[in-house]
Order: sequence, then structure tokens, then C-alpha cells
Amino acid sequence: MIGFNYSLGLESYGRTLPPDWPGGFWWHWLVFTVIILAFVMTVLLGFVWFERRALGRMQARLGPNRVGPFGLLQPVADALKVLIKEDIVPSQADKIVHWLAPVVTLVPVLMIFAVVPFQDGALLVDLNIGLLYVVAVSAVPILGIFMAGWASNNKYTLIAAMRDVASVISYEIPVVLSLAGVVLIAGSLSLNQIVLTQNTPLILLQPLGFLIFFIGGLAEINRTPFDLLEADSELTAGFHTEYSGMKFALFYLAEYAEALALSALIATFFLSGWRGPFLPPWLWFLLKIVAMFFVIIWMRATLPRIRIDQLMALAWKFLFPLALLNIVVTAIEVLVWPEALPWGLIPVNIVVAGILVLFLSKKFTLGWGRIEV
Amino acid sequence: MVIKTEPIILNIGPAHPSTHGVFRMRTTLDGEVIVEMEPIFGYLHRSIEKLAEERTYTGFIPLTDRLDYLAAMSNNLAYCLTVEKLAGIPVPERAEYIRVIIAELQRIASHLIAVGAFLQDCGAFMTPFLYMIREREKILDLFEMVSGQRLTYNYMRFGGLSQDIPDEFLPALRKFVDQMPSYIDEYDQLLAENEILLARTKGIGILSRETALNTSASGPVLRASGVEWDIRHADPYSIYPRFEFKIPTGMVGDCYDRYWIRIQEMRQSVRIIKQAMKQLPPGPVRSTVPWLIHPPVGEAYAHVEAPKGELGFYLVSDNSIAPYRCHIRGPSLINLTALRDMVVGWKIADAIVIFGSIDICMGEVDR
Repeated sequence: MIGFNYSLGLESYGRTLPPDWPGGFWWHWLVFTVIILAFVMTVLLGFVWFERRALGRMQARLGPNRVGPFGLLQPVADALKVLIKEDIVPSQADKIVHWLAPVVTLVPVLMIFAVVPFQDGALLVDLNIGLLYVVAVSAVPILGIFMAGWASNNKYTLIAAMRDVASVISYEIPVVLSLAGVVLIAGSLSLNQIVLTQNTPLILLQPLGFLIFFIGGLAEINRTPFDLLEADSELTAGFHTEYSGMKFALFYLAEYAEALALSALIATFFLSGWRGPFLPPWLWFLLKIVAMFFVIIWMRATLPRIRIDQLMALAWKFLFPLALLNIVVTAIEVLVWPEALPWGLIPVNIVVAGILVLFLSKKFTLGWGRIEV
Repeated sequence: MVIKTEPIILNIGPAHPSTHGVFRMRTTLDGEVIVEMEPIFGYLHRSIEKLAEERTYTGFIPLTDRLDYLAAMSNNLAYCLTVEKLAGIPVPERAEYIRVIIAELQRIASHLIAVGAFLQDCGAFMTPFLYMIREREKILDLFEMVSGQRLTYNYMRFGGLSQDIPDEFLPALRKFVDQMPSYIDEYDQLLAENEILLARTKGIGILSRETALNTSASGPVLRASGVEWDIRHADPYSIYPRFEFKIPTGMVGDCYDRYWIRIQEMRQSVRIIKQAMKQLPPGPVRSTVPWLIHPPVGEAYAHVEAPKGELGFYLVSDNSIAPYRCHIRGPSLINLTALRDMVVGWKIADAIVIFGSIDICMGEVDR
């Protein structure tokens, strides 16, 4: 019964690993890096297929069904296609930045999974500041997108890049604040510990926090209805207008990887991660991810896109005050009725969330009107 | 510190996903806000008006299909009405009824595309468009039954129609007319109270009543601004006075009104088709007209309420087999003249939505 207490220079949370684990930290690191990469890439291919099929069904058409059974090999065919496509770099582009941008976009998204537990203790490194790490790393992809938009030397991509920076900077704040409620209840920043404390899924205790995190997360990963940066009807293809071949594929992958990361984080923070009866933990985790991703697809198939000023107004005038109120309410609850936490406060919190959302949505106007020029 | 900024010029189009063809908006942007907009068109010019002078009167009918290719039947109808007026050709009763049914079906089909493409411009990813396409397919099937074609029908002739409707047409039409109101209800349910759609269209791109009249806009664009002007009612042609229908008008003249009017007009069209089906008389569908007609020297203008607005043909005859001059009043082109007034001061995203709400067809703008 020997477990490893390892630290990475940071004061790690120090959970013991399962007893039958062979080897030291580097062995652990190697195995989990491979697992994470394999998991993310496989799930991404599955997601691409799943999204296209689900969208097809929702749009009264079939979706891809030619390559392989049920079109299952369609993502593979797509990948092969983009691999053999010509890589075009605009002559006036900033070549190095243009080359670097897709990498800067994709890699941080993969790095998020380093701290996401697949089951108890099964994660690359159980950072005791895991949540902070997630927040920090998930903000890096905007840099890549901005680099892409700037380096392409195209007006459409430039506008998309500006929209991206504006929206992500705005939405970071409510997202982080909404996670503060989770931390208050769980009493830890470690993702593994957050899951362990969730005897009831936190979505019940933190309905408002979940709502803010989900909306803000959608805005951060640029999915409908916040897909302003690749608004195909306005900016042709947004920031990746000038990208082709494998670089475009990396952006495409990054987009789905972000959706996967958002689903995984929501599953971890609000849907009690790997925990659940009967099924093995990893399957529960995957099921929750797929369920969240399905909601994202559903929204993509349903909703129109909102405008940039409305996007900003939603963040600053609606989500930001709500997130602050959420912290206050949660803090009072944790301080005053700690013993009532699991069950007593669920109905209270749902009612409070409903009242706050209704009240605030009556009080605010979405965006500005015409500007006199 | 004051940051020095300067406007950028952005060419939206001519090859852009939401310019509905090859239209180009040269916009001057201050950040996201449009400070100046210049519409540039002519990329699709095919000199259709000149071609009319080189062809016989009958030979020009297929070319009218290529004007507003989303509403080819209405173009056929307008041209045939003009020639009938010029040459004094009578039209049998049954043909008039079938023409009305076909024209109203065409209106529904065109409005479906208009609303679908408009929502696509709002950023709804394909779903509304494909739902609308689903219903439009049924109309195209009906048109295929009567004319053999699905896009360019070439169905109407001077003094009637090229052929009578087949036996299976009326049952299929009845089925469609019974289904269509429920489909429209479905759109209303999905769209009419969607918060994001309201935020994107309510109060956006207001076209005032005065501007609408001054730019001689017509069709849903004019009616959305509160003017009750519908050729079917204001200057009735064919047998429209025999039918009961309402003319929906908007209050504000914003994008939402233009969208709403199209939805309401679909309901009214279904109503007209139902009445026409009840009254449809038997008889011939074409009066005897020679292959080559020599209309008397003179001129004629006839207009119809096409889905996009007032579509008029002006023909001058010199008693030869071809028109001396043909001019087409395309509603798409004239409605476009109000575009600049509507988009200046709004953001890029709004400009796309406003442009989509006008519902143009480049085939008709450039001709």
C-alpha cells in the first residue's frame, strides 16, 4: 500500500494514487499524456461526427452517411482531405505569426485536460490550484485567435480578432466569478476535490452559477449564439478566412476541443464529474460530457447570432451583476447554514436564481441602437 | 490620451456568403459602425431587356424566368399580361384561375426563401433555411407537375397557359394547402418570440413611411412601413377582385416587420388559393393565338404584385414580331435604393440583416 506524494515545485494537493500504480511520477506523466491526447483526439473525431449527424437530424436532413457505417468515418475522410490540401499563406501575411497562431490556439485547450479527473485520482496532475490553472490556461487561445486575425492581414479577420478580444475579456470575468461559488461550497480549488465533495451535483446548489458559467463559456469558445468571430454571414469565415489545409484543421480541432473542454469542465464543476451509480466512473464522465455537448449542438441548431454590442451588454450588464450576487448569496449560505447545505438549500437556490434572472432581465436593455454619424 | 482612429473601407461582396448573389456593398467602417455605404451592382448583367428586342414576343417568355429566378411564374405572368394588354388577347376563365393559384404558390415559395435566407443572415445556422426549403420543395413538386420544370417554368402563354393542369395536381395542391397553415404556425412558434431574433430585428433598419414612398419601394418592404399598397388591391389585374384577402401592413418599418409581413402574406396566399380552388371552372386554358403575334403600334405597361414588390413590364410595339423596346421595372432594384438610408449608423451585423430583410434577387437587380 504505497502511494505517491509528489510535488511539482508547486505545493500539490497530494492525494495518494491508487495502490497498484506502477512507477514514479514521470511514468505517470507519460501514461496520462498519452491517455489525454488519445482521449481528446478520439472524442473530437466522435464529436465532429456527432455534431454533423445531430445537426442534420435537427435540420430535417440526413447528415453524413456515406463514408463507413452511419458515416462514422466521415471525420477521418475530412482529416485526410485537409492533410493533402495546399497550405496557402497570403503574400502580405506576417508569416511566423500566421504559422504560430493555430498552435497557440490548440495547445492550451489540450492543456486544460491535465487537471480534469476522469475518475478518482485519475488525472495527470492534481494541482491544488487546479481551478485557477483552468481559468488561466483557457484564456490563452484568444491570443492564438488574435494572432491569426492580425497576421492574416485581412480586414475581415482583423474585425473578427477585435471582436474576439473584446468578448473573451468581458466573459472571463463572469465565468471566473461564477466559479467562485463552486469553490465556496467545495472548499477547494482542486478539481478532484471539487468532484469528491459533490454528493449532490452542484448544478442544483448553484443553478445561477451554472447558468452564468454555461453562457459565459459558450461566449468564450465562440459557439452559437456567440459565434461572432466566425460569423459566416458577416465576416465570411472570421479569423480563419485566410487559413487552409492543416492549419485550418488545427483551428477546427481547437474549436471542438474547446467545446469538449467546456463540456468536461461543466461535468466536473456542476454535474459531479465521474460520480454516478451503476456505471463505471469514466463512462459516467463521458456520458455527462456528451450530454453537455448535445446541448451545445442543440443551441447551434436553434438560435440566431447576437450582435457584438449585445454580447458585451449581456456580459457587463447582466451576467456580471448576477455573478456578484451569486457569490454574495452563496457566501451567506455557506457561512450561516453550513449544515443545511445539501438538501435544504436546493429549492431556495433555484427560487433565488429564478427571481434574480427574471428581475434583472426586466431591468436591462440588450445593446445600443443606431449611432448617429 | 486620445487614440487616433481612422475609418476602414470594407468591401462586403461581390463574392460573400450573404450578398445573395454578386452584390457588393462598399462600406466605410468606424470600428463596427457603418458610416457610409455604397451599393455596387451590375456583375450579373445579361442585357435581358435588349435581348427582348432581338426575339419574338413568344421567344422572350423563357427569358423572363431568368429575371427573378425565385419567382419565375410571377415574371411569366407579368410579361404575358403586358403582351395581352398590348395585343388585346382574351384569356379564358379557367386559365385566369390557374394563373392566380400558380402565382400565389409562387409567392409562398419566394417568401419561404426570403424568410429562410433572412434568418440565415441573422446567424441561425441553416436550420430555418432548411425548414423553409422543405416546404418549398412541395411547391416545386407542384410546379413540376404543371410545367415539367422546377426553377425556370416557362409555363404561361399569351392568352392562357402552355397546358392544362394534370389530374393529380388538384389533390396534391389540396394536401399542400391543408398542411401549409400548420407549417406557418410552426415557424411562428419557433421564431416569432425568439428573444435573440427580436433583439436582432426589432427597431433595426427602420425605413420610414416617407422614405419608403420617396424611393418608390414596393411589396413587403413598403407595406412594412405602414403603406397599404398592394397591386392586387390597388390596381387589380386578372381576377383578384373575386377573392377575399387582407393586406398585412407593419407599424414601424423595421426588419421584424418585413419578416412578419412575409409570414402573414403566406397565410393570405393560402387563403386565396383555397378560394380559387373552390371556384375553378372547367374549360379551355388557352385562347387561340397565332405563333407570331404582331401587336398594333403602341405601348403598354402592366404590373403585378410579385413576391418582392411591383413587377412591371413596359413594351413598345412597332407592329413587328419583336418588341421595339422592353423595359422591366424590377422590384428588387428599386427596393435596394433605400438600402443606404437604412444601414448607415448600424453595425456590420445589422447591415447584413437589413440587406437580407429587403429580399432581393440579383437576377432581377442586374437583369
